[in-house]
Amino acid sequence: MKLLELKNVTKRYGSLYALDKVSLGIEKGEWIAIMGPSGSGKSTMMNIISCMDKPTEGQVFFDGKDITKYSRRKLTEFHRDKIGLVFQQFHLINYLNAVENVMVAQYYHSMPDEKEALEALERVGLKDRAKHLPSQLSGGEQQRVCIARALINSPELILADEPTGNLDEANENIVLDLFRQLHKDGTSLIVVTHDPEVGEVAERVVRLEHGKIISDKKNSGFAE
Amino acid sequence: MFFRMIIGAFRRQWKKMLMIALTVALGASIATAMLNVMLDVGDKINEELKAYGSNITVVPNSQAVMSDLYDVEEDEKKDEYLAEETLGEFLTIFWANNITDFAPVLDTVVTVDGNEVQLIGTWFDHHFEFKKKGTVYQRDTGIINLRSWWDITDGEWLDEAKLSGDDYAMIGKKLSETLGVKAGDKIKVKGAKGTEELEITGIFESGDDEENCIFTPLSAAQRISGAEGKYKKAEVSAITSPDDELAVKAARNPDLLSGDEYDLWYCTAYVSSICFQIQEAIPDASARAVRQIADSEGKILEKTELLMALITLMSLIGATLGISNLVTSSVMERSAELALMKAVGAKNGQITLLVLTEIILTAVVGAAAGYFMGYGFAQVIGQSVFSSAIEMSGMVAFLVTVLIIAVTLVGSIPAVRMILRLRPSEVLHGGH
Repeated sequence: MKLLELKNVTKRYGSLYALDKVSLGIEKGEWIAIMGPSGSGKSTMMNIISCMDKPTEGQVFFDGKDITKYSRRKLTEFHRDKIGLVFQQFHLINYLNAVENVMVAQYYHSMPDEKEALEALERVGLKDRAKHLPSQLSGGEQQRVCIARALINSPELILADEPTGNLDEANENIVLDLFRQLHKDGTSLIVVTHDPEVGEVAERVVRLEHGKIISDKKNSGFAE
Repeated sequence: MFFRMIIGAFRRQWKKMLMIALTVALGASIATAMLNVMLDVGDKINEELKAYGSNITVVPNSQAVMSDLYDVEEDEKKDEYLAEETLGEFLTIFWANNITDFAPVLDTVVTVDGNEVQLIGTWFDHHFEFKKKGTVYQRDTGIINLRSWWDITDGEWLDEAKLSGDDYAMIGKKLSETLGVKAGDKIKVKGAKGTEELEITGIFESGDDEENCIFTPLSAAQRISGAEGKYKKAEVSAITSPDDELAVKAARNPDLLSGDEYDLWYCTAYVSSICFQIQEAIPDASARAVRQIADSEGKILEKTELLMALITLMSLIGATLGISNLVTSSVMERSAELALMKAVGAKNGQITLLVLTEIILTAVVGAAAGYFMGYGFAQVIGQSVFSSAIEMSGMVAFLVTVLIIAVTLVGSIPAVRMILRLRPSEVLHGGH
C-alpha cells in the first residue's frame, strides 16, 4: 500500500490553478524531490500534503485513508502524529533555546521530555548547543534544530520545504547527509526544492510546471 | 513548557507588555478613583450640603394645616407654639444618629431705640440633656453649625457654655449699622413682657434678611416674648438618602405602602421617613422637608454619580481600545511563531490560552499598579474637592478586578479572531 497518494488534486485561487489534476503516489520509505520553478505549485502541493491546506478538488490518501474528508480537529491530530516539517526559514521560536524549540513539538504532541529532545539534538549533532538561543546558532545549526524538531515525534513522513535554501554549501551537505541517514532508517521524505543538487540526491524526482506534473522518474544517480 | 513559553514571551516582548500594563493601569486607576469617590460621595455631598443649613423644619400641627390650606406666608401665621421639652424627642427616633444638628426658633418683634426689630431666640452651641424611660440622651447642638456660612465681622459667636446668664445677643451687620452699635455694646430691647438689656457678643454678616435680626438664647427670647417653655419651630439638619420611587410613593401617603415596602422605607434614611418618625415622636408637630435642600442633595448626588460612572465607562472603553490595538499588533508580530505552533500540532484553543494567559497576567500587574494609583487619585480628589480622605472600599477592588479582566478579554477579541484565522500555510510557506 502506498503511504501517500494524491488523486486528481486541484487547487484553485479564483481563476488561477496552483495545482491542476495532479496525481502522485509515494511508497513508504521513499525519498522524493519535488522540483520546479517559482509558481509551479510546489509549496501548494506541500501545504496540501501536510494538511495545512485543502484541495479544491480531488482526494489525498494517507495509509489508504482519505484525509480530505477529515474534520479540522482530526486533521490537526493527523498532521501532529504523522508528519514532521522542515522549513526554509527554520521558524524557530527565538526566545526558546535549541532543546526547548524541540520540546515545543513534544508539548503540542503529548508530553515534553527533555531527555528525548536532547537525544534528537544528538542525532543531528547539536547536543552541545542545546542551551543556545537561535540567535546564537549558525543557519546550518538552526536548520538541524528544525530537523530535530521534525523528528521528535517519530513521524511517518518528513516534509522539507527548500531545506537548504538559506544554507551555504558546507551546511547544505550536512543537512543532506542527515536526510540520507533518515532515509536509511526508513523515514519517508518529501523535499521541495529548486536546487538541482538537492534533487540529484533524492531517490525519485517529480517535476512540476504550471501546477502539473511534467516528469516523474527515479534518479539514476541515487546511492543508498 | 507552557510557563517557559510565557516567560520567554515576556522577556521578548517586555516593551509591548509594559505598554499593555500601562494602558490597563491607567484604566484601572481612573475606575478605582471614580468608583471609590462614587461610593463615598453620598456622605461627602451630604456633609457639604449640611453647611447650607437645615433640611427639615418642625412646626406646630395647626400652623402646618393653616399653611397647607391657605398657603399663608411665615409672617402671616398666627402664633402657635410647641413645648420646649418636645425637642428631646429628636434624640429618640430611629434615625436620631442621622440628625446632625437641630435648634429651636422663637421669634418675636421687639423695639430697640424706637426701631421695630425681629428678635429670634434659639440655641447657639447648646449642651442639651433629655431623659426618657430611664435613658439620658445628650447632644451639643445649635445654630453654630446650622449657620456655618455666617461671617463674624466683629466680636465672636455667642458661647452659651462660657457665659453666665442669658442676657447676650448676636446681631446682624445691617442692624448694627442702623443702631450704631458694635460687639461689647449693650442694647435695650423692649418686648411684650418688658424691657431687657442685652450685651452684643458678635456681629455677623449672612447675606440675607437675618442681618436685620437680633439672635438671643432661647430662654431670653421666651422671657421677652412671654412664651416661657415654648418655641415656634425647630430647624433640623439630617443626613438623608436621596429620594427614589419608594420615597416618592411614601411621601404621598405611607399608608399606601405594603408591609415590606413600609419596613424598607422606615429603615432607610429618606427625608420623608425621618419627618414621619419626628411626627410619631411629637404628635403635635408637623415635620416638613425643606425641599430645595433635600432635592438638591438627591439631584447633586445623582448627577455626580452619573458623571463618575460615565468617566469610569469612558476610561474602560479607552483601555479596551488600547489593549485591543496592542494585543492585535503583538499577535501580528508573532504570527510566524503562532503559525509554527499550529504547524507542529497546537490547537487553536491552546494558542489562544497561551496568548490570553500572557495578556491577563500583564493586565493583573497593570491592574494592581492602577489600583494603587487610583487610591492616590481618589485621595487627591477627596482632599481637593471635599477636604477629606476618601474611604477605600473592598468592593471596588473586587469590581475593578472583574472589570479589568472583562476589558482585557473584550480587548483581546480581535487578536483571538486573528489567531483563529491564522493559516500556517500562508505564513510559513507562502500561498502558492
